[in-house]
This record gives sequence, structure tokens and C-alpha cells, in this order.
Amino acid sequence: MNFKTTIGLEVHVELKTKTKMFSPSPVTYGEAPNTAANVIDFGFPGVLPRVNKNAYRLGIMVALALHAKVTNETHFDRKNYFYPDNPKAYQITQQERPLGTNGWVEIEVKGKKKKIGIHELHVEEDAGKNTHGASGYSYVDLNRQGTPLVEIVSEPDIASPDEAYAYLEQLRQIILFTGASDVKMEEGSMRVDTNISIAPIGSDTLGTKAELKNLNSFAHVRDGLAYEEKRQAQVLMAGGEIRQETRRFDEPTGTTILMRVKEGSDDYRYFPEPDIPPFHISQEWIDEIGSEIPEMPNKRRERYVNDYGLPEYDAGVLTATKEMSDFFDATVKAGAPAKQAANWLMGNVNAYLNEQQVDLSATKLTPDHLAGMIKLVSEGTISSKIAKKVFQEIITSDTDPRAWVEQKGLIQQSDPAVLTPIIDSILDNNGQSIEDFKNGKDRAVGFLVGQIMKQTHGKANPQVVNQILMAELKKR
Amino acid sequence: MIDRDQVAHVAGLAKLQFTDDQLTAFTKQMEDIIAMADQLDEVDVGDTTPMYQVTNLSNVFREDKPEHWQTRTQLLQNVPEKEAGLIKVPSILDNGEGEA
Repeated sequence: MNFKTTIGLEVHVELKTKTKMFSPSPVTYGEAPNTAANVIDFGFPGVLPRVNKNAYRLGIMVALALHAKVTNETHFDRKNYFYPDNPKAYQITQQERPLGTNGWVEIEVKGKKKKIGIHELHVEEDAGKNTHGASGYSYVDLNRQGTPLVEIVSEPDIASPDEAYAYLEQLRQIILFTGASDVKMEEGSMRVDTNISIAPIGSDTLGTKAELKNLNSFAHVRDGLAYEEKRQAQVLMAGGEIRQETRRFDEPTGTTILMRVKEGSDDYRYFPEPDIPPFHISQEWIDEIGSEIPEMPNKRRERYVNDYGLPEYDAGVLTATKEMSDFFDATVKAGAPAKQAANWLMGNVNAYLNEQQVDLSATKLTPDHLAGMIKLVSEGTISSKIAKKVFQEIITSDTDPRAWVEQKGLIQQSDPAVLTPIIDSILDNNGQSIEDFKNGKDRAVGFLVGQIMKQTHGKANPQVVNQILMAELKKR
Repeated sequence: MIDRDQVAHVAGLAKLQFTDDQLTAFTKQMEDIIAMADQLDEVDVGDTTPMYQVTNLSNVFREDKPEHWQTRTQLLQNVPEKEAGLIKVPSILDNGEGEA
């Protein structure tokens, strides 16, 4: 029997704000436990939540970047559940009238493009963090309680673990470019829950779905889903039945493990949040937020390929982060030819960032200096060998490349009147090489060029050296 | 109408356990409460726009400015058990129920 797979993803993304969703206590990461919370986060009696305008604004920004329709008339709802990570015993969220609906993300898997629908997205508050001790106790830190989240619920349009992976990559990149979140799985600012079911091909109904949790990377999502596909198929082939259950991915074994069997659907007894008045979101505000969204990565890639003639590969590497893409644009704007700017950023700059484990913004490199250095090479002022020295200088300190090469005497020597006597004297001292050359040994030329470069401390223009050398060799 | 099973179900959601006698008593009480609330169903609200709040306020936002948070000592004053700045609670079985 062959099966088709149906996957839906729920993605929680922490919004980059200074304060919590409903309280003015600070949003922090890695602070001492319970030092970044207040009476509202702790659910003390008599406190009132108030909505962080910036968090709602960032939510709208994400909605627009995902082509969703922003809801004009909206309110918050109360989702009731008892768990120590949330002392209020309810989460304030949006259930009935979510912030945005009907969005989409375009993915590409094995050269095939596909739109994955976004059912809805809404803003809500995060819960605190539990640590499970060995001594029969658990420990709760409420610093994270109240951190603004946007939850993005996909349509069940995803048909394979690879598509799920591609969807998450796209989603991450789009949100990263809006600046609304850091979207880092490793820091928990992006979290993924998945639903997966399989049904025989041709069947009209969907199979019973399993929920998969504890997915700490996109690779875990892909591997966990792939395991579930296989597990469910085996159960069905053996004449068994899929139960509705929550499972978690177990990294060491690459399998999924049962957490609990669900009886019926979750019963959260939602009702409109009485402590927060409803909202009218004006079209004017939505348009204003829309105008603040930076150019999205897919548009940038198109521009790099169509306007700058860069290969698709280059366009992909340059748009891996907004920082890199902005830097590239600024370097081109500062006068550098696009392909050369791309080569430097993808080559030496990326190598430096990897080696030092730093972000571009942590270096001293500026688009102006990079463009300036590229110009020095293209106009022949410095050799590409010297350029590597200049690069080391401008990425580690705020130095004007032209002033620096002048001061250090690194300007390339292209004057035949200076180079010819040097070349002649080297030829005089290397009779053997001249003979080798005459006998057709090309390696002799390489040796002689090396000698000339050594003599000129790498400053001789290689093209000019080659021309003079060949001419002088023929005279001998 | 409401039955014992529903009351037991809601009690379960609230992590409460009742004896049989309590369940019988609460079922009767809940029935009365719901019967009272059911009177509202007699009003025809077919043409009325749903209302979500009674304050007549709307668009109450706050600026994104950190302020008014308490020290840990203040916050943990009413916490029955604590350790190293954390709230100590009976062991939680992590079965995927919690978290946003």
C-alpha cells in the first residue's frame, strides 16, 4: 500500500521587543531566574494586562511579510490550562479573531516551486521555564513568562519532511529580514510543533494525526517527521490503528517516543479576555507598518540575478542574512562592481567570519572600505596579493585602504622604466633559467617571476612583469 | 442539561478530585446555575453584533518601555517553597501539556 503524507506546522517565534506582551517587565535572555518578571507575569490578584504596541506592530509586520490579511476588528482570548509554567492558569492569546489570516510562503524542493498556505497567525504570551529535578521536585523560572510570541499555523499543505524543512527555512529567513525576531532555534526564539498523518493514496479522508514535539533544529523536524511517516505506515500495514498522541523526537536514537495518548481534543475553554478591551486596527497603521518592511530575500535574489548578473548560487549566499545582503548592496552602491563585491564577501569575508566566529557587524569592515579596496585592485594600484594584506587591515581596524597602502608603500609597481633594470639584473644572475626556457621548460618562467616578486617585495605588477620578462628573454 | 460526566471532566481539567457525594452535589448545583444562565437563550439576539467587552474602551496599547518590575525577593515572598531563586513545585510530568 502507498500512503500520502499530510503535515501541518505550528511555529512560535519570539518577537524582538524590550518588554513583555502584557506587562512592562523587561524581555531578557540568560538573566538570573525570576529577576525579569513582575506581579503581572506572576499572576498576582488585581493586576491588569496591557498590550505592548510594538509587539502588535511586529506581529502585523510578520503577517504582511507572509502575505496574510490583517484583521481589522480583533480581541484577545483566554486559553485555560493548569500547568506550573504559567501561574495565571490561563494564557492570553487570540483564538476567535487572530491578527492575520490566509497567508502563504513559497518553497522550492528539488527544483519544484510550491505555495504553502498559512491558515492564521496570532500574538500571545510565552510561558515560564520548568526544570525537572531528580529529587521529586520541579523548578520554575518565570523570566520568560509573558514574552511576546507570534504563532504561525500552516495549512496542512506540506506533503513531505523535505517540504517541512524548506518551509521552515523560508519562514525563518522572511522573519529574519523583517527584523521582528532573531528566529534562533538554539536560543528558543523559534520553536516548532508538528502534526503528521498518513492516508492511503486515493483516500478522501485524512488519517489520524500524531503531534510531534521537542524539535530543537530544522534537521530534527525533518528526521522526526521521516521517522513518523515510516512508523505510521508500519502500524497501518500491520493492520493496526494510529492513535491520536503526542510524541517527542529522541535525538540519540533518531526515533519518536510516546509522551501521552490524547483522548478527544484539548479542552481549553476559550473565552474573550475580559481584562483587555477589543482593538480596531486601522488600515492606515497597517499601511504604515507595510512601508517599513525591508525588501524580502526572494526579491533581493531576483534583483541580484537580473540586475547584477550574479549566478543564483551567489544570490543565495549573499541573502543568507539581511546583514550580509545589506552590506553587499551598500558596497555596490559605493562603486564596487557587483561580481567582485560578491566574491570578496562570499570568499574572504565569510572565511574570516567563520574563522573568528563573529557576525559582520562585529568587524571593522565597512562597505566604503571594501569598495575602496576593490577599486585599488581594479585600477592596478595594488596587486591582488597585496589586496589580501589590505583586507586583513580594513577588517580589523577602521582604516582607509588608499591612505594605508600609500603610507605602507604597498602601491603596485607598473612602471617599465623601474621594472626593466630589476628584471635584467635577475636574468644576468640566472643563466641556467634562460637556458631552461630556451629548451622549452615553462617552469623556468615561474621561477624567474618569483625572483622578481621577491626582489620587489610583491609590489611588481604581475602582468607588466610578464610582458617585460618575455621580451627580455627573447632578446637573450 | 449537565451530567455527572461533564462535571467530572471539568474538575479533571482543573486538576480537582471529588468524591461521589461531592460530584452528585456539584452536578445538582451546576444544573441550577446553568438553568439560570439558559434564560438568556430566550432573548432573540439574531441581529445583534456580538460584544466582547462591556467597558466601551478600545485600542488600549502600552509603549514598549521597561518599567515597574519587582525584585526577586519581593516576587517570591508568597512562594511556599523556593530554591536558588527558583519556585519549587512538586515534580511535573512533562507530557507535552504545558508551554505556549
